[in-house]
Amino acid sequence: MIRDPHDLQRYTASERANHWITGICFILLALSGLSLFHPALFPLTMLFGGGTWTRILHPFIGVVMMLFFVVMFFRFQGLNRMREADWEWVKRAREMVNGDDHNMPEMGKYNGGQKLLFWFLGVAMLVLFVSGIVIWRAYFSASFPIGVVRLGALLHAAFAALMIAAIIVHVYAAIWVRGTIRAMLYGTVTRAWAKQHHRAWYKQMTGK
Amino acid sequence: MALQSLDIAKRSATTTEPPQARKTIEVAKLIDVSKCIGCKACQVACMQWNDLRDEVGTCAGTYDNPRDMTDQSWTVMRYAEVETEERGLEWLIRKDGCMHCEDPGCLKACPSPGAIIKYANGIVDFHQENCIGCGYCVSGCPFNVPRISQKDSKAYKCTLCSDRVAVGLEPACVKVCPTGSISFGSKSDMKDLAAERVAELQERGFKNAGLYDPAGVGGTHVMYVLNHADKPALYSGLPADPTIAPTVTLWKSVAKPLAMAGMAAAALGGLFHYVMKGPNEVSKEVEAEVERELEGEK
Repeated sequence: MIRDPHDLQRYTASERANHWITGICFILLALSGLSLFHPALFPLTMLFGGGTWTRILHPFIGVVMMLFFVVMFFRFQGLNRMREADWEWVKRAREMVNGDDHNMPEMGKYNGGQKLLFWFLGVAMLVLFVSGIVIWRAYFSASFPIGVVRLGALLHAAFAALMIAAIIVHVYAAIWVRGTIRAMLYGTVTRAWAKQHHRAWYKQMTGK
Repeated sequence: MALQSLDIAKRSATTTEPPQARKTIEVAKLIDVSKCIGCKACQVACMQWNDLRDEVGTCAGTYDNPRDMTDQSWTVMRYAEVETEERGLEWLIRKDGCMHCEDPGCLKACPSPGAIIKYANGIVDFHQENCIGCGYCVSGCPFNVPRISQKDSKAYKCTLCSDRVAVGLEPACVKVCPTGSISFGSKSDMKDLAAERVAELQERGFKNAGLYDPAGVGGTHVMYVLNHADKPALYSGLPADPTIAPTVTLWKSVAKPLAMAGMAAAALGGLFHYVMKGPNEVSKEVEAEVERELEGEK
C-alpha cells in the first residue's frame, strides 16, 4: 500500500496490537455477556459452543482483557489528563455533533470526549473485573457473603451495559470522523485530518 | 428431571407464555416442626429415592449430619438448642430444604431457558440438562438452598419428588416420616391441617404457634408449623420475612429492560446521526492549507 510520506504516525504497531487484543476480547465478552443477560439474546451462546461453554469461557476472556487493558491504560493515561480546553471542548460538543466544529478549541492528541471515555473505561473495567471475580462461581463466589455476590451481579450487568454503550459511541465516533479508523489499523493519519481534529497535536508533530 | 406430564407455570429465561392449558391443584408439603423427633428418616428416604450418596463427613459436636445441604444432600435436619423465656431449653429441629416459593428467586435469576421450571402445581424444579452452572440461582434464592456440584457444576436441590407427585405419589420424605410430622396434599388442605395443629399447640401453651408460609415470596409450597412462629430465626436461622433481594430485583427486573433499551438507543442513535447529519470529513479548506504548508517546505 502506498501511503503519503507526509502522513503522521499516531499509533505504533505495538499500541495497535494492544488495542485490538483488548477490542477482540471486548467483542467476545459483550456477546457472551449479553447472551446470559437477556433471554432474547441467549442464542448468542451458540457462538461459544453453548450455554455451559459460554459460562466457562466468559470470565477467562475477561481476565485476558483486563491484562491487556491495564497495559493500554498505563500507555495512554498520561495523554488523557483533562485540561481547561478539554472541558471547553466538552461544553461545545453538542455544536460539533450537530456538524459545526468551527468553534471547537484546539485539541492535543486526544479531545475532551476521548479523555472522558478513557477515564470512564478505566473505572468500568475496574468495577467489571472486581465484580466479575465476585460472581465467578467456579472459583470465587463461595468466598464472598451472598449480599456481596448479589451486588456484584447487579454492578457487573450495569457497568457492562454502560461500557457497551460507551464502546458503541467510541466505534461510531471513529466511523463518523472520516480518516480515523486507519490510525488504529495501520498507524497513520493524514496531516489534514490531524490539523482539523487535533490541531495542537498537529503543531507539536509538524512544528507548524 | 424433565416431566412433561406436569404443566408449567413459569420457565426460567423465557419471555413468552409457558404451556398451561391443563389445570392442576396447587400442592404443598407441611412440616410440623413440633412433631419432629429428628430421626433423619426423611434424609435417608431422599437419598434413596433420588439415588444420592453424600460423602461421609465429620462430626461438629451436633446432630447435624451432613452439616449442610450439598448437591448430594437435598434436605438436612438442623438442630438448634435455644433457650426461650416460656419453656427454658428447647431443642428445635427443622428439616431444611427447598421451600418451593410461589415467586422463586432462583427462577428469576436464572439466565438459561428451561433450566428452572415452576410447575402449575407449585413445585419448583431444576432441569440439570439445561443448567449452565453460573450459580445465579444461588444469588436469587432467599433461603440459601441451591448447591452447585463440584463434579459437574450443575445446580441441585429438592425436587419435592416431582417425579413421584406426577404419578400421584407423595414425596419420599413424607412417606417415611414415622411421626407424621410431614404431610402432603393440596395447599389449601395443608393450610387447614396447619390451622388445626396451630390451635392445638396454642391450647397447650405455645401461644405464638403458627404457620410459616411467607408472603414475601408469594407463599411457599413447603410450609412449617412452628411452635414459635413469631421468631422463625430460632429454627437455625429461618428468615422471618424472606423476599427476593432488592439487588436481584434491580438486576433482573429493572436493569435488564433498561440496559437493553440504552444499548439499542446508542446503536440506533449512531446510525441515525450518520444518516441525518452526515460524516465529519476533513474540510477542503484545511486540506488546501496543509498542501500550502508542504509546498512552503520545499
